Amino acid sequence: MTSEALPARVRERRSAHRFSTGQLIAGSAVLLAVAAIASLALGPTGITLASLPRAISSALGFSTDSAAAREQLVLIDIRMPRTLLGMFVGASLAIAGAIMQGMFRNPLADPGLIGVSSGAALAAVATIALGNGIAAPILQPLGVYALPVAAFVGGITTTGLLVMIAGRHGQLMVGTLLLAGIALGALSGALTGLIAYASDDRQLRDLTFWSMGSLGGATWPKVFAVLPFAILITVMTPMLIRGLNGFLLGEAEAYHLGVNVERTKLIAIVVTAASVGAAVAMAGIIGFVGIVVPHVVRLLAGPDHRVVLPGSALLGAALMLVADITARLVVKPAELPIGIVMAAIGTPVFLHLVMKRGVGGVE
Amino acid sequence: MLAARSATFRVGTKSLVSDVDLTLEPGRFIAIIGPNGAGKSTLLRLLTGELKPTLGAIDLDGRTLASYEPSALARRRAVVPQATALSFPFTAKEVVLLGATVPGFAAPSEHIELTASECLRTVGLLALSDRLYTHLSGGERQRVHIARALLQLAVAERGASQPAILMLDEPTASLDLAHQGVVLGEARRQARNGRAVLAVLHDLNLAAAFADELVLMNRGRIEARGSAAEVFKDELLSRAYGCDVRTNTTPAPGMPFVLPHAHRP
Repeated sequence: MTSEALPARVRERRSAHRFSTGQLIAGSAVLLAVAAIASLALGPTGITLASLPRAISSALGFSTDSAAAREQLVLIDIRMPRTLLGMFVGASLAIAGAIMQGMFRNPLADPGLIGVSSGAALAAVATIALGNGIAAPILQPLGVYALPVAAFVGGITTTGLLVMIAGRHGQLMVGTLLLAGIALGALSGALTGLIAYASDDRQLRDLTFWSMGSLGGATWPKVFAVLPFAILITVMTPMLIRGLNGFLLGEAEAYHLGVNVERTKLIAIVVTAASVGAAVAMAGIIGFVGIVVPHVVRLLAGPDHRVVLPGSALLGAALMLVADITARLVVKPAELPIGIVMAAIGTPVFLHLVMKRGVGGVE
Repeated sequence: MLAARSATFRVGTKSLVSDVDLTLEPGRFIAIIGPNGAGKSTLLRLLTGELKPTLGAIDLDGRTLASYEPSALARRRAVVPQATALSFPFTAKEVVLLGATVPGFAAPSEHIELTASECLRTVGLLALSDRLYTHLSGGERQRVHIARALLQLAVAERGASQPAILMLDEPTASLDLAHQGVVLGEARRQARNGRAVLAVLHDLNLAAAFADELVLMNRGRIEARGSAAEVFKDELLSRAYGCDVRTNTTPAPGMPFVLPHAHRP
C-alpha cells in the first residue's frame, strides 16, 4: 500500500461508498463462476478441464477407453456433484445467516452460534446411529431424504424453541436469545457426544470427521436429495425481503410499516431450518459462513435485504468452493475438514465484528 | 375514523388503560399529556393495533382494527415510535425509504425518491441524506423516523374517503427548541391538510401551543380533555402530576402555560 492511496480510501469510507445492487450481484456471480470452474479443474489427481469433452463422451457412452472412464469418474462423478453440493451448502448457510441476523436484528446471529446447526446435527447423528435400529420403520421409507429431513426437523425445533424462549410481548430479547441458543447448542452437542460415545470405532471416526464438516462424500444422489430444499429456499426467500427490511427497525415498527410479522417470522424459521438442515445433513457442521458472508455483503453494498439475500447466496457459494478447494489441495492427497478451513477464515472476521460492534449489535 | 370505545388494557391484574373513549378526526391534532406511567404510550399502541384491548374496542371506520391486514393499516396510518434501535448501517435516506418499501406499496420509483427527499427537507435533514443513520445524533435519528412516517403517508395509495392518521410517541423528546417547533408545526400542518394527528407529548407548553385538543391521562384514565384553557387548571394538573404547578397566560395572544412551582425555603 502506498501513502498516496490512503486519502482516497479514507474519503471513500466517510461518504459510505457502496456498490449498487446490480454491481454486487454481477461481481459475486463472476466470482462464483470462476470458483466453480476452479473447483472442477483442480484436484489431487491432476486431471484438468481439458479432459471434460472426453469425460462427457464417456459418461454418455460414446467412449469406452479406460483413461476416459477415469476422467469421467473424477470429473463427472466426483468433482461435479461436489461442486454443486458445495455451492448449495455455501449459499444456504449464508442465506440462513442473513435471515437470522435480520430476524433477530443482530449482526452476530448465526445458525452455528445460536445452536440451530447443533440441533440439526443432533437429529442427523441420531438418524445415522439409529437408522438401522429402532428408528428404521420411520426412516427407511424416506430413503436418501431421511438425513436432510431429520436435520430439517432438528433445525426447526431448535429455532422454534429459541423464538419461544426469547420472544416476549412481541419482541425478541437478543440477550436471552444468544444465551438460550448457546445453552441449546451445548445440550445438542452433549447429546450428540452421548450418541458418539455409544457408537463403535468406525462410526466414531465418521461422526468426528462429519462434525467438522466435509464435502468429501458428495454424490449425485445427494445432489438430488437437496434439490427440493434448494427449490423451497429459492421460492420462499424473496417473500422475506420486505419483511426483513422492516424487522431491522423493530417488530413493532415492521408492523406499523405493514409487515405481517407473524407470517414473516414463520417463513423465516422454515427457510432457515431448511437451509441449515439440508446443509448440515450433507456436509456436517461448517461455521462462520453465515456470519462472514452477509457481513461482507453489507459492508460492500449496504444492509437492504434486496441485495443482502441474493448477494449472500452467490458469495456464500463462492466462499464455500474456495474453502473446499483449499481443503483438498493443502495436504493432498489427504483432505482437511472444511470446517477447519472455514474457521481459519471466519474467526478473524468474527472477532473484528465483535470488537467493532459489541455483542448487542450496538455501536 | 379511528376510535377507542371503552378500551381497557390489562396486564395481569394491573390496568394500564381503563375505559378510555377517544376519537381521532381528520383535521384535528390531539395531544395526550400526563405523568409517567399514566398509560399514554399504551393507549397509543392500542390505537396503532400493536396491542389488542382486553375489554372494549378500537375501530377504524366502524370496523374493528384487528380485522385489518397489517398492509391495509399501513396505508392508513403511520407511527413514529418513542425509540428505535436500528443497528444496521442504513443511510438516513434509506431509513426514510423503508416507509415506502413495505408490502402493498409500489417499488421505489423516481417519484418516491423525490418524495423521500422532500420529507427529509421538511424535518431539516436533507443535507444529511447520505449520512449513515448509526452516525446521527439522537435528535437527528428521531427526525429521520418522522420523515419516514411522512413518506409512508405521502406515497400510500388510499381512497379519497379514507383520510390518513399520523401517530407520534414523544416526537420531541430529544429535540432542541427549534426542531421541537419544526416537528410539531409539521404535525399541525398535516392536520390542516386533512389528516388526523395524535401525539404523546411531555412538554405541556408545546402541547398547548400546537395541539387542537389536550387529553390529560392519569392512572390509565382520561382525567380531562379540551382546549389548553380548559385543561390547564392549577388544581387539576397538580393532582395529576403529584406536584405543585401554576398555570398562567402569556401577555399578547393569551396563550396558557404551566410553570412547576419550586418550594424554596
